[in-house]
Amino acid sequence: MARTRYASDPGLIARMGATMFLLGLVFTGFVLALFFVFDYYGSRGGGSGAGLAVFAVLIGAAVAFGGYYWSDKIALNTARARLVTPEQAPDLHAIIDRICALANMPKPRVAISPVAMPNAFATGRSSKVAVVCVTEGLLQKLDEKELEGVLAHEMSHVAHKDVAVMTVASFLGIVAALLVRFAFYSELFGGGRGRNNNDQNALPVMLVVLLVGVVVYAVSFLLIRLLSRYRELSADRSGALLTGQPSALASALTKVTGDMARIPTRDLRQAEPLNAFYFAPAFSAKRGQMTLSNLFSTHPSLEKRLAQLDKISKQLGRAGS
Amino acid sequence: MGFLDALLGRTKPVPPNLDALFALPSAAITLQAALDFNPTGAGSVCFRAAEGRAFSDIEKDVRDLLNMGENKTPVEASEDKYGFTWLVCRHAADDVEGLVTDLHAVNSSLEAGGFGPLLLCTILSFRNAPGRPLGLVYLYKRGTFYPFAPQPGERRDNALELQVRGALADDLKIEPDLGRWFPVWGAPGL
Repeated sequence: MARTRYASDPGLIARMGATMFLLGLVFTGFVLALFFVFDYYGSRGGGSGAGLAVFAVLIGAAVAFGGYYWSDKIALNTARARLVTPEQAPDLHAIIDRICALANMPKPRVAISPVAMPNAFATGRSSKVAVVCVTEGLLQKLDEKELEGVLAHEMSHVAHKDVAVMTVASFLGIVAALLVRFAFYSELFGGGRGRNNNDQNALPVMLVVLLVGVVVYAVSFLLIRLLSRYRELSADRSGALLTGQPSALASALTKVTGDMARIPTRDLRQAEPLNAFYFAPAFSAKRGQMTLSNLFSTHPSLEKRLAQLDKISKQLGRAGS
Repeated sequence: MGFLDALLGRTKPVPPNLDALFALPSAAITLQAALDFNPTGAGSVCFRAAEGRAFSDIEKDVRDLLNMGENKTPVEASEDKYGFTWLVCRHAADDVEGLVTDLHAVNSSLEAGGFGPLLLCTILSFRNAPGRPLGLVYLYKRGTFYPFAPQPGERRDNALELQVRGALADDLKIEPDLGRWFPVWGAPGL
């Protein structure tokens, strides 16, 4: 019977799996298309294009790996957060201690960011070097139960290894974006100089690379955002089940997103690069119907998150099971 | 947690390991012999109350069950400031077995109701002759024990705790990762 009360959501899992599959498909298609393009133009002086593609992949890999390896430091620096000891923040540590004991997780490091906007994020490539960071605004705004709900959500991100998953997912996007940029500049500067372009009718190789890159970048961008939204829902779900208090998390969510409109612009701008790791995005999408900003946002809409938490609350409260 | 679970973002709540509690009576005797710490007869179970009717029904059943026995002091229930519920059972100081049986009854009731993952820890409390407190904390999710010796002012006596670890190494599975010896300040019954 414990099964039914803590069942994972098969629909969410299936959608997430499908998104990852599509990302993989786009990646494979991307590689195949590049291979085909360079193979086709290879005999006609397209060698520089292939070199450029390898270069883009190398740089993309370096960028992605750097972001992955130093994710904790980058995020903490961007949020101007400092690590706190149990003596400096006894209550915060006590809450995290208990979540760790409940979830059987190693304890992450704890940081506080002086930002007034209520928010929290978790980062770090493994649970050993993970950092859970909350802003001072969050500590002031939420009561203990709500804070616990938010922290359980963040710890679920750590348990799900979201930094690693999102890094792998965004690698493709980085490479495509780099290729587009390279191809664009080489078209701009290289094309005019009249290289040994024997075939006047064929599309210049760089233009083809540019087109492939743009398409791949656009599709992968949407898929990555979709994946990010699914992972937020998963973290909500795991966090709520862990503490047994979905309503506390729901109330924290309404408080945090409700406050978003009233925060000073400076803090908002500062917070933007961190959005993918934040508990609630600083720029929340217009609520309600499927808007373009919904499609582009890293976090699901408040309604979706609340609806899921309602469902979990009912599931937990069902007598007998 | 498996690779696939992480990839698909589906952590499952960890089920508790309940049977290790029955190693406590023999550990109490060892502790008495080695360090002169005696059980106080008090023990407590700490869990996270889930919202909703299902959980409150089970919680009420547990209290009724524990209060049923003869000449027992009733269980005390309290909620700490982190929202965790503590049930404290008190027995005669030498009745560690009866106490552990009661504590185990709480566990099995919660588990039978499907709320096993919400169990946090169980603490058996000890005192030495000058009255210094010592708790043996059982972590359900790890299936391990660790000592907790609070001192006034939210400090803990690490030397004593390590001494206890040495003394009990043969009786109990002591938590090997010191980073998980979480303090439980102001735990009821300790």
